Formats: sequence, structure tokens, C-alpha cells
Amino acid sequence: MEKAMSAHGTKGAGLKWVGRAIRRLEDPALVTGRGRFTADLAATHWLRFVRSPVAAGKIAKIEAPPGALIVTAADLKGVKPIRPMLHKFNYKPVGQPILADGVVRFTGEAIAVVVAASEEEAEDIADQVDITIDESKPVIDAREALQAGAPQIHAEAPGNVIVEGVMATPDFDKVWASAAKTVTVNARSHRQNATPMEARAGHAAYDAATGRVTLTCTTQMPHLTRTAIADVLGMPEADLRVIAPDVGGGFGQKMSLPGEYVLLVWLARKLKSAVAWTEDRRENLIAGFHSRDQTIMLQAAFDKDAKLIALKADVVSNIGAYSCFPTTCGVEPLMAMAEMPGPYDFRAYSCRARGVATNTCTMAPYRGVSRPVLTFALERTMNKAATAFGLDPIDIRRRNLIDKFPYTSVTGLVFDEASYKQTLEMAVKAVDVLAFRARQRQARAKGRYLGIGLATFSERTGYGSSAFAARGAEIVPGWETVVLSIDPSGFVEARIGSSPHGQGLRTALAQIIADEIGVAPQFIKVIQGDTDNTPYGWGTFASRSLVIAGGASLIAAKKVRAKLITIASHLLEAAADDIVLEDGAAKVAGTDRTVTIAKMAREAYTQTHKFKGEIEPGLTESGTYDPSGTFSNACHIALVEVDVETGRVVIERYVAAEDAGRIINPMIADGQVHGGIAQGIGNALLEEIIYDETGNILTSTLADYMPPTAHEIPPIELHHMETPSTVSNTKAKGLGEGGAIGPPAAVINAINDALNPFGVVIDEMPATPQRIRAALRAKEKAA
Amino acid sequence: MSAKIEILLTINGRDHAVAVEPRRTLADAIREDCGQTGTHIGCEHGICGACTVLVDDEPVRSCLMFAVQAAGKQIRTIEGLADGDTLHPMQQAFMDHHGLQCGFCTPGFLMLAVGVLEREPDISDADLLDVLSSNLCRCTGYQNIIKAVRAAAKEMRGK
Repeated sequence: MEKAMSAHGTKGAGLKWVGRAIRRLEDPALVTGRGRFTADLAATHWLRFVRSPVAAGKIAKIEAPPGALIVTAADLKGVKPIRPMLHKFNYKPVGQPILADGVVRFTGEAIAVVVAASEEEAEDIADQVDITIDESKPVIDAREALQAGAPQIHAEAPGNVIVEGVMATPDFDKVWASAAKTVTVNARSHRQNATPMEARAGHAAYDAATGRVTLTCTTQMPHLTRTAIADVLGMPEADLRVIAPDVGGGFGQKMSLPGEYVLLVWLARKLKSAVAWTEDRRENLIAGFHSRDQTIMLQAAFDKDAKLIALKADVVSNIGAYSCFPTTCGVEPLMAMAEMPGPYDFRAYSCRARGVATNTCTMAPYRGVSRPVLTFALERTMNKAATAFGLDPIDIRRRNLIDKFPYTSVTGLVFDEASYKQTLEMAVKAVDVLAFRARQRQARAKGRYLGIGLATFSERTGYGSSAFAARGAEIVPGWETVVLSIDPSGFVEARIGSSPHGQGLRTALAQIIADEIGVAPQFIKVIQGDTDNTPYGWGTFASRSLVIAGGASLIAAKKVRAKLITIASHLLEAAADDIVLEDGAAKVAGTDRTVTIAKMAREAYTQTHKFKGEIEPGLTESGTYDPSGTFSNACHIALVEVDVETGRVVIERYVAAEDAGRIINPMIADGQVHGGIAQGIGNALLEEIIYDETGNILTSTLADYMPPTAHEIPPIELHHMETPSTVSNTKAKGLGEGGAIGPPAAVINAINDALNPFGVVIDEMPATPQRIRAALRAKEKAA
Repeated sequence: MSAKIEILLTINGRDHAVAVEPRRTLADAIREDCGQTGTHIGCEHGICGACTVLVDDEPVRSCLMFAVQAAGKQIRTIEGLADGDTLHPMQQAFMDHHGLQCGFCTPGFLMLAVGVLEREPDISDADLLDVLSSNLCRCTGYQNIIKAVRAAAKEMRGK
């Protein structure tokens, strides 16, 4: 059956829509102000959270003004904490109470919530809530939290280590001992906030007729949000509907479950009304999940030919106060452990990766998850090794990049066909490195400091349940289901469990479906983000939706296609093999005999006796896809100028050669890479959440925490290769995160190259003017 | 809370008689009192520019203006940009050049760009980049926003 269907897939309409840069179907509503975002909904009750002004302590007293409706942990008896689970890696299952229960663990933690008739009133009352906290000494830095005698964040996790992965290949010591040279890099990534332009928001409405609650919220995973909230509240899952309407970016921050949504549902049921919360920017910056904050000590051993032979990593991830749901706080350190080898070929590896609790905002996945940091550490290491061997940074990569596929890495990951060396050469050629070096020499003679930096890396994408199961997760996501339906009028609907929020997935899926069923994408409606109206699925994160929901769409579309062909062969009295589907109709090849999709759809419901025994009534088919995972790859090159007087860095040129397999819509693909690179540049130069020693956040506005503006992002030059994935049925690889992975390594390698005459080394991100000046000053002093 | 003041807000040529507290921002009044939710609120600190609207044809961050200050002035928002079913060249250009992804910052960018180009149709590329750096977008890396605004500028000059 499958074979017969794929034969049809190569005939007729063929691949007309896939590969074309068509305009997005999402856009008309969004450019006219008709998008529907959570905060647009009206409510009868509004919430304002009262948050901890201190990082650590015991709550002694909570006093509300007379008449105020306020909820604290004492009111939430029977509500369970959020407690994600890993069954491996010595994981300590710490729980996060929905409202702080006796103890506060970070500045910004929700202690109480005020309920009022308007947002303003709720804010006014919240200002009058008096909270007394017996403060204790907090610990902010993960390395300090590891010291003996450090404050304990959770009684059940003495020593503050919540998760610890350890691995070593059997021959590690022997290989290490054989090294011709070794290099060490201590890479430090400071803390970021994903900063979607829409902060979080939730709206829970109780329906008196059914007793159900509809939670509309800014989530990347509506189905799991529903399952999780029902678990925490101990309510029937059927009594909850979760809707993700238009969501204004997420980048990972909106995939983790916030206690605020749990409380909204609890209150909607209690008050039997519609309650809403719109997070303000300060709340988002101090309490809306953070990311990155990681230290990686990387040691690398090379043989006499500068071939990498062994790698040793010590990863310390600051996980914040709690463990995020659903991934758990293992997501950063464990991904670092598994993917640290990057795209390089070597067989001896040793790693310890720890997730450490501190009195800081809880960490959650953010675009790239660990890979921007590990790529930074690894690419700094390759550059240091190049210097040690007197090689060009390009040459050392040529000697070490993998080029035979499938390739099984030292950590057991299977890399499908890719183009690591080819994209390196492509980017190098585009930049004209020799000409740059000449210009660099001339500039130095005039006291101007230019630098070039590169990053070669892989982006693991589209991985299914087997990859998540390997992590020992209690909740194993991975697959996606698409239900494709043509109604009796010929109207095509695809219902997806995935939940895009800006990626343009509706357009891309419509292109995949269009090619199979011969209907133009603009006539295909993709329905998402509503647990009542879509099949269960995992949502949009981890560069997965195009590969997995795309693959499921293809499977469902092939099934619908097979039905249409059967119907057409009856109506046109032709052999199935002679039928082509295109332009909204079935045609007999080489004739003018044709029947429209609308006519066939009507017959599929109203004339089923004609097809009895051959096809089931109706035109609804479901496809589920659960692939093993694929790898995109890229080489990024940054050319920078560093002003040594001020420490200011200007990126004069940014080149990326990338390969994400078959590209479904080149316009959308480029947009994803552009956006990722801009976030990566923010990560490299600008963005940093800063805590003072008491655990107070100094960066609580967008004037202090600085995502890049149009000024800081140079024109981005993209070059493409398309190595079709051998493990994805659409041959597409994901590319949502790759753009963000390369820039810290490329930009900071370039800064180091520019500052080479001063002997300055920067292994910290972001490389802010302050850090660059401090490093230069230290050298000046030493001299 | 303080007493509400009755004012008339003229949005896209239509009058809205509303009663607002003096402290109510124009952004909140547009969205909640006048029901025009196309204007988005991103930071309320006057930094991200998501809430940009035109007040007497000047781009304004509506989170930094009080509603009472806008009484009697002509307010233009995203909902009034198209002429019936015909999109404004700026809206069309954002679609043609993929100048938006999640769409949250888009109304602010559209109003900012339209306001500036109406005032200064021959603005230089460098000055345009300056203007566009007043708003934040987290999805596009600005590449296609710049491309779209330049294309629309050309189109607007041709009219």
C-alpha cells in the first residue's frame, strides 16, 4: 500500500509547491491588526502577582489590605507542586509550589496573587500587600553553590546538585596520555532571557453550562499544558481546554509550564468566572524563565598532526531555583554532555555535567539549548589548538570535521548525510579570507583592530521519542499527528498537534500537503493550538515541527491522495495509474477528462456506495510521524572591528553557509536563520541578566537587558546547500535554532583575532565593552 | 484610583467617547476602552515600540502618552492603515518581503515606518536604519523589515 502511494507521489502534480518562496498564509491577519493574542481577551477578574523582593528567606507574614481578595499558598491545599521527573542521572525531583509555600527561593518568585475587577485595581491592591520575610543568605553563582557550606536551596538535594551526568569512554586515559598537545578553555556563558516581544499571558474562562474551563495562554505546547495542569490540580483533563491563539514569539520560554497558568485555572473554577493575567516586562525579565548561565571547562588532546583525539568536559549549569517542566533542569547539562563533540571526529571522551540549584530565576530551554555555549567552548578550543600548532583556524577544522555518513559520534548520536566541510569551504570562499588578512594588516598599522572568527557546528533537529526516552524522561515527547480532512464542499483542513508561534509552519505544511493532493496552499487551512480541535501533540520546540509535523502531514496527505485517486478512477472511469491530481482537480493524463476535488469530496460523503469495499466513507485521514532525528549544519563567519579605546565591537560582515536538507519554503527558512543569528549576536555581545550579590536583578527593563536593534545587526549573507536528509520523509531537516548557535563562537573568535596583538583572551559571553576593556586594562597593567 | 475624566478619542477617523482615569495610558485606552487590540503592548517602558501609533501623524509610543493627552487629536492605528480591502504599500511590502514572523511587533513597525515616510519620503538609508532601530523585533533579525520598508518607500514615492 505504502509503495503504491509513493508511486503516485512522484506522478502528476509532482513537487510544485515545496521549494517555493510563497508568501505566508499567516500574514494577512497579522499586518492588519486582526491577529488574536491572549491579552486581547476581556475578563471579569484580573490578577496581579505579589513577588518576592528578596532572593532567599522564610515568609513570616503576609498582610493584605481589608477587603482585598488575595490567594496565598495556604489557600492552595490539595494543589500539587510542579514536579517534573527524570529517571536517570541521579536526578533529584524537586517540586515548585504554585505560590511560595513558607520559603522564597528567588527574587520575583510569586508569593501571593491579588484578584480584582481591573488590572489597575489589582496593581493598586498588590502594592499594599505587606510581606515580611526573614531573609537568609542567598547563593547566586552555581560554582559557589557547589562549595561546602553553601546555602541549601532544597532540603531534598543536599549540595545543590539536582542532576549529574557522567560518562567516559573506556580507553580515555590511555588516549589522553598519547597526546602531542593539549589545550584548555574555560568558557563562561552569562544569563539570558529569551525575551519574546509578547510577554506571557493567560486567560481562564469557566463555562457554567459544562463546568469546563478554557485556558487561553501564550504556550508553545497546548496539549501538554492541559495534561500538566489537570495533574497538578487533580481535575479531570476533559474539563480543561487549552488554546494557544496567536503567540508573539516563544523561543523556548513559552514551552515551560508557569505556575501562573495553574493558578488561573484554579481561580476560574473557584470564582466560576473569567480571570486573566498579563505579565509585564519586568515580571518577564525577573521571573519569566532564564537561560544559558553555564560554565564549561573543556580540555582537548591532539595528536602531532593536529587531529583531535580526546575531549574532556566539565559542565556546570546554573538551573535556578526550580526544575522546569516538562524537560527538567537536565535539559542544559545533559544536552551539553551528549552534543559536546559537535561535528568533529574523535573517539575518546570524558564528561561530567551538573545542574546546580541557586537562588535565581528558574532556567528553561532557550533557542539552541546549551549548543550556543558548547559550540562557543568547542570553537574557542579549536582556535586555541590552531594557535598551538601554528595552523590557520580553517585548516584545523578541515582536519577534524566529519565527512563520512552515517557517522556515529563518541556519545552514540547518529549523524545523517550532511556537508560540514563543504559549508566551511563555501563560507570561507564567500569571505575571501586572504583579502581580509591583507586588510587586517593594513588596518593594524593604522591602529584599527579587525578580526575574523568562524564557527562550524551541527544542529540536532526533528528528533522523536527514542531520543527523549534516552534521557530517561518521565514525559517522552517526540511524535506528531496530523489529521487531514476534506469536507463535502471540498474545503481542506489540516489539524495539527504542533503549535507554531511565528515560524510560518502553517504555510510550510500547506505546501507539503498541496503537492500531494493537488490543491493550492491558499485553500488549505491549518488548524493549530486548540486541544478541543487538534489531535494530541507535543507542540513547537527543538527545531522539530517542520520535520515531524511536516512528516505527519506528508503521511496523512498520501492517504487522502490515495482515496482521491480511487474516487477519481471511478468517476473518470480510468486506471488509477493514469490519474493526476493538480489545480484542485483529478485529471486523466493525456486527456481532457477531469473532475474537481469538490465534486470528489461530495461523492466521498454522499455516494459512498460507489466505493464500498474499496475506501471508508469520508475524506479524513490521520498521519503520525516519529523519526529518529537528523542534523542540520552550518559554518558562520564574522568579521568585526574592535575599538580598543572603548571596547565597542562592530560586526562589519556576517556570512553563514547553511544546510538544512530540503528547503520547503526558502523565504521562511532564511527568515528563521536571520532571526536566530540576530539572537546569537545579542548573546555574543549584548544580552545579560545581571544579579547583584544579594540576588536582586539589575536588568529589569529592556533598557538594561538589551536585545539587539536594527543598528547592531549587520546585513546577513546567507549561502545554501541542500543535502537531503536520509532519515526524514520530507528530506527536510529543521533549522529553527541553528542561527542562534553559531554567532557567540564566530563573533567572539573574531574579537579574539582582532585583539591578538594585545595577547588578550576573551572566553566569556557576552563580550561586552566592559569585559573587553577589563581584559585590555589587565594586559596594560601587566605590561 | 482617581475619578474618571470624559474624553473623546478619534481613532482612524472614528470618535470614541470614553471615561478614563488621568493615569490611563493611550495604549490601554486604545485597546481596552476603544477595543482596538491591533496595537500591542510589549514593555510599557517606552523601549520596544510595539505600541507605536500615529498621533497627528507623528509616531508616538502609546504606552508613554496618557489618553487624556491625545484627546482631540487624530490617532491612527494599524486597523486604519489599509484602505478597505486594499492594503497599504507598507503592509503589502511586509508580506512580500517576509518582514514579520510572530507579528507581535509588526503593528508598531508598520506605524513607525509609515509615519516617518509620510513626513520624509526621501529619507536616506542611513537615517531610515536609525529610525527603525527605535523598535525591537525578536524574530526577523531586522533583515527583511529593512528590505520591506525600503521597498514600500519606493512604492510610496511613486504614488
